[in-house]
Amino acid sequence: MATEGKVGEVTPRRRSTPWLLAAPALIWLVVFFVIPMVLLGRESLRSGGIGNYGDVFTGYTAVFRRTFWYALLATVLCVLLGYPLAYYIAMRARRARNVLLALVVLPFFTTYLIRTISWVILLSENGPVPKVLRSLDLLGQSSSIIGTTPAVVGALAYNFLPFMVLPIYVSLEKIDPKLLEAGPDLYASGWRTFRKVTLPLSLPGLFAGSLLTFIPAAGDFVNSTFVGGTSTTMIGNVVAENFDSPGLRPEMSAISFVLMAVILVGVLVYARLLGTEELG
Amino acid sequence: MTAVDEVIRLEGVRKEFGSFVAVHHADLGIQRGEFFSLLGPSGCGKTTLLRMIAGFEKPSDGRVLLDGADQADVPPYKRHVNTVFQQYALFPHMSVFENVAFGLRSTRVASADIKRRVDEMLEIVHLGGYSKRRPAQLSGGQQQRVALARALVNLPSALLLDEPLAALDLKLRQAMQIELKRLQREVGITFVFVTHDQEEALTMSDRVAVMSNGRIEQIATPGEVYQRPATVFVAGFIGSANLLPGTLVERRAGTCVVDLQSGGRVTGADVDAPLGSDVTIMLRPEQLTPLGHAPTSGHGLEGVITDVIFQGAATRVLFDLADGTEIAVSVEASDGLDPLRPGDPMWVSWEPGTAHVLSGRPTHAGSTTTDTDAVQASLDGLG
Repeated sequence: MATEGKVGEVTPRRRSTPWLLAAPALIWLVVFFVIPMVLLGRESLRSGGIGNYGDVFTGYTAVFRRTFWYALLATVLCVLLGYPLAYYIAMRARRARNVLLALVVLPFFTTYLIRTISWVILLSENGPVPKVLRSLDLLGQSSSIIGTTPAVVGALAYNFLPFMVLPIYVSLEKIDPKLLEAGPDLYASGWRTFRKVTLPLSLPGLFAGSLLTFIPAAGDFVNSTFVGGTSTTMIGNVVAENFDSPGLRPEMSAISFVLMAVILVGVLVYARLLGTEELG
Repeated sequence: MTAVDEVIRLEGVRKEFGSFVAVHHADLGIQRGEFFSLLGPSGCGKTTLLRMIAGFEKPSDGRVLLDGADQADVPPYKRHVNTVFQQYALFPHMSVFENVAFGLRSTRVASADIKRRVDEMLEIVHLGGYSKRRPAQLSGGQQQRVALARALVNLPSALLLDEPLAALDLKLRQAMQIELKRLQREVGITFVFVTHDQEEALTMSDRVAVMSNGRIEQIATPGEVYQRPATVFVAGFIGSANLLPGTLVERRAGTCVVDLQSGGRVTGADVDAPLGSDVTIMLRPEQLTPLGHAPTSGHGLEGVITDVIFQGAATRVLFDLADGTEIAVSVEASDGLDPLRPGDPMWVSWEPGTAHVLSGRPTHAGSTTTDTDAVQASLDGLG
């Protein structure tokens, strides 16, 4: 009987431990995430009600389309640049590994804003990049780069590249080297081993990296503001410019919710396509 | 044996990693259908040798031949050998079926044949109903059998096994030893088996190559390496042995006389060494006859019992010679001796012709390999 009593005393305490550990973060999220979201949701339904959402679809379809197109291009560019880099660091660089990882993270030592503005210098009318391209006849004498789609997409890819490289690196680094020997041992060439073993096992990293790139890129306005022009407006620019004017605030709130909903659906579809189990 | 019957031939193979020499000079021929073991303590170069056969390492010098063909420029994926890795290295993202089918798909076998051969092989390793499972859903022993099936389904010239049983517990390991032997007979494929476990090597192999410090010490049948070890190292590494250093003083009619360092003069089987040279006489605990009195033949060793260890079928008696050298004797329960007690004097004797004499002396201080040494060797091997 005595032992039963003891067990009864101990169990509830154990059950509450995880909650206690999670409590600070939960409180933080409720105060700074859930409550603002509720306020934003109320705002989006003010003066015009659900019709605000209708306005989003009629008024901003082109900007939305461009936003996701840019985010997609930047993500693809990050995969193309980031996967080989992560592969090299994880599989080939032995002693240089830590140095290379540090270099990948190094841009974070300066602010996002400065990094983007430095691209303005690089790409401006008489900046080094257009000069070189013009001298190689790759760019017309009267054409410019700044203010164009490639400039914005390039800057987005540049700013988010580390978010692609690091998760891919982690998933590649976790692969048991014996698996990469088992491939050739079973008559698979280097390419076949990569396709059938390395790539599938690095998909979780590729998935995480894509999300960490695509989602912030889709909500970004800094790159378009500085290296873009009037033809490269992204949805973030629209919200950033108009949120302060009280008359437009409900509509801007509705835009934000639509953006979030589209990204959420996109992520779920993407997860299903990649067959990643993390998000179901 | 002509070269044609040899599946694997190593000629003067050497492997260096920077300044470290992993394999000094290996010459070795493995015959078709043979169960061949590479046995030695950890760091002896046995795994490096296996990896050079598989093609994962390039020899610094010498040649590796498979089915008579030099493999110098042949990458691993073009070599007709398959490996069972130590931790199995099953593809975690594939089903059991896909794991086993991997090699066949690489070589573009028709899919109907793949289905038939994979199913057949899974039956052979008793995993018929498991083809849809993922490796993570299987026990260690089952994963082991998937690894075997994945390699054997390709019908390689030779199957290379890198300590495949090391991760299993004792019971399962013993069951798998029998299973492996059965499998090898059934498929008739050459097995090259790397292990640090001498018992494993002795039970399963047709022939064993005993390695130490990057050198092959002896290649022979298990019986031969046990009864007639070629070097003092092999004598100490295989089974337990009392190794007594001495000097060769006389030779007569197939036997030789050795002056022991520990004092006394004993007789053993003849050895190919010049008179006056350093030799070691090897006495297995079970070939020694314990006596309660001095042997009438006048030939034996005298000492004092220090420990009596009951081991079931036999009792192990440790006794010290006058100079402190420890000798282990295995006494069968049916010997009917008076109870042996520590502190009692004891004599041991043996058939002079059966005591194996080796040229050279033990390099390490202790001359006896006891069971604890063997356990230590197995532990080292796991590292």
